[in-house]
Amino acid sequence: MPDIELSAGDTAWVLTAAALVLLMTPGVAFFYGGMTRAKSVLNMMMMSFLALGLVTVLWVAFGYSLAFGDGGNGFVGDLSFAGLTGLVGEFAANGGVYPIPALAFVMFQLMFAVITVALITGSVADRMKFLAWGIFAAVWATLVYFPVAHWVFDFGDAELGGSGAGWLANLGVLDFAGGTAVHINAGAAGLALAIVLGRRVGFGKTPMKPHSLPLVILGASLLYFGWFGFNAGSALGANGLAAVAFTNTMVATAAGILGWLLVEKIRDGHATSLGAASGAVAALVAITPACAFVEPWGAIVIGALAGIICAFAVTLKYRLRYDDSLDVVGVHLVGGVVGCLALGFLATTSVNELGKDGLLYGGDWSVLGTQAIGAGAVLAYSFVVTVVLALILKFTIKLRVSTDDEISGIDLAVHAETGYELGESGGGGVFAGIGAGAVRRNLEEN
Amino acid sequence: MKLVTAIIKPFKLEDVKSALEGKGITGLTVSEASGYGRQKGHTEVYRGAEYTVDLVPKVRIEVLVDDAVADGVIDAIVSAAQTGKIGDGKVWMVPVDAVVRVRTGERGIDAI
Repeated sequence: MPDIELSAGDTAWVLTAAALVLLMTPGVAFFYGGMTRAKSVLNMMMMSFLALGLVTVLWVAFGYSLAFGDGGNGFVGDLSFAGLTGLVGEFAANGGVYPIPALAFVMFQLMFAVITVALITGSVADRMKFLAWGIFAAVWATLVYFPVAHWVFDFGDAELGGSGAGWLANLGVLDFAGGTAVHINAGAAGLALAIVLGRRVGFGKTPMKPHSLPLVILGASLLYFGWFGFNAGSALGANGLAAVAFTNTMVATAAGILGWLLVEKIRDGHATSLGAASGAVAALVAITPACAFVEPWGAIVIGALAGIICAFAVTLKYRLRYDDSLDVVGVHLVGGVVGCLALGFLATTSVNELGKDGLLYGGDWSVLGTQAIGAGAVLAYSFVVTVVLALILKFTIKLRVSTDDEISGIDLAVHAETGYELGESGGGGVFAGIGAGAVRRNLEEN
Repeated sequence: MKLVTAIIKPFKLEDVKSALEGKGITGLTVSEASGYGRQKGHTEVYRGAEYTVDLVPKVRIEVLVDDAVADGVIDAIVSAAQTGKIGDGKVWMVPVDAVVRVRTGERGIDAI
């Protein structure tokens, strides 16, 4: 046990930040749920909640240990913390000892694992078997997220670069809060899963517009709010770096909204609410790796670039004919790559001495090269493992619901519920009184 | 007695309602409808992708009238609903054999 005292301020902030990041998973559920058609809103939201349940249990069992165990190699941790043994009463140690409880760090990192898996669900809307999703989520977290989190987020035990650090962390890839491990990772998996799963019935012919844009905006708002925990919480303390990350998160997102809306107004003629919500999320994704390494003006550039580039990227699926239903690829994969590579230009040690100087601050091309290696490695690994895993599931338990169930609605077929009981079978419709009348007659007769 | 049915552009509903009131029509039924005519819908751009929307939203109005005023009612609807552009809709009339007011049991013209 190192000779330091617990910081009440740091502990309070990290615990609060962890709760903020938890809120992002319901945020994703609303964001994606509103974007689906009404007949599949529940299935979409349920996939996020199933991920929350599964990943949390796995995290305690062995996930945290595979990601942050100190006895492993550059590729994966070990099982020394399986069941979270030996962590109660300890300080958090990750490339240095932080004056916060180890469990606060464990919970903060858990929320990242949960939301990364939940983010993938956007590419499989309306058509994936719930059991197949559950098995996929559990195996993907184990084979992809836990190791990749180790690559990027594990800086070793009590000293920087100490035993068991991840290989991308050792290489010096700058990723403050998870542009690679969370967003590129989820985006690449979403692309692979969408390709193996196949297109929805009617893709590219019928509009499949969002059924509830207020839900989408609610979800984007929860994400925006929770993202302050995600980015500023990654400072693991209530300090100046957290304030930098907080500021950059705010301003980049503002610029992202403007960038996306500008593209839509010029290209389509209308600035849409879905565009505003998507622009905010794209910018949040892009600023995630960069939030503690750039100046606020750099954050505005990154946010605006993400909003503009992602607004074009979401139309790729129509040209390339893969059904990434809710734009996990266009927003998270592309946004994550934009943020990671932008650090090669905009990173500055004047903000964070643990960072680097990018090309615009007198640095050389190696910074950009290292960022590209980090982004490319995570993208390739996630994509390949996901394709293999999805193909195995496709040819064993099947990935898709039947075409009939997909057309009539996955909610009723899979969950025996519908998001909105407005028709004759439910409580709100014009025929609602008929059932009650029958009950009353029965009571009178008896 | 006649049943006059009109399919019109939704934003013309208020104009048609006041025109019918001006003709002394005391009741009508309105429902949301969708469909297409000769122009076969239109194309829309959303999130950078172009779609053909073949079912266009419309409003359906149904009015029961006495034979004597039927043609005047049709004229009133047409002039109120007309914009001169494609998709203005249709109006048609069919004969009705019987009409009953449920509350009183009145039949025929008295029930209108």
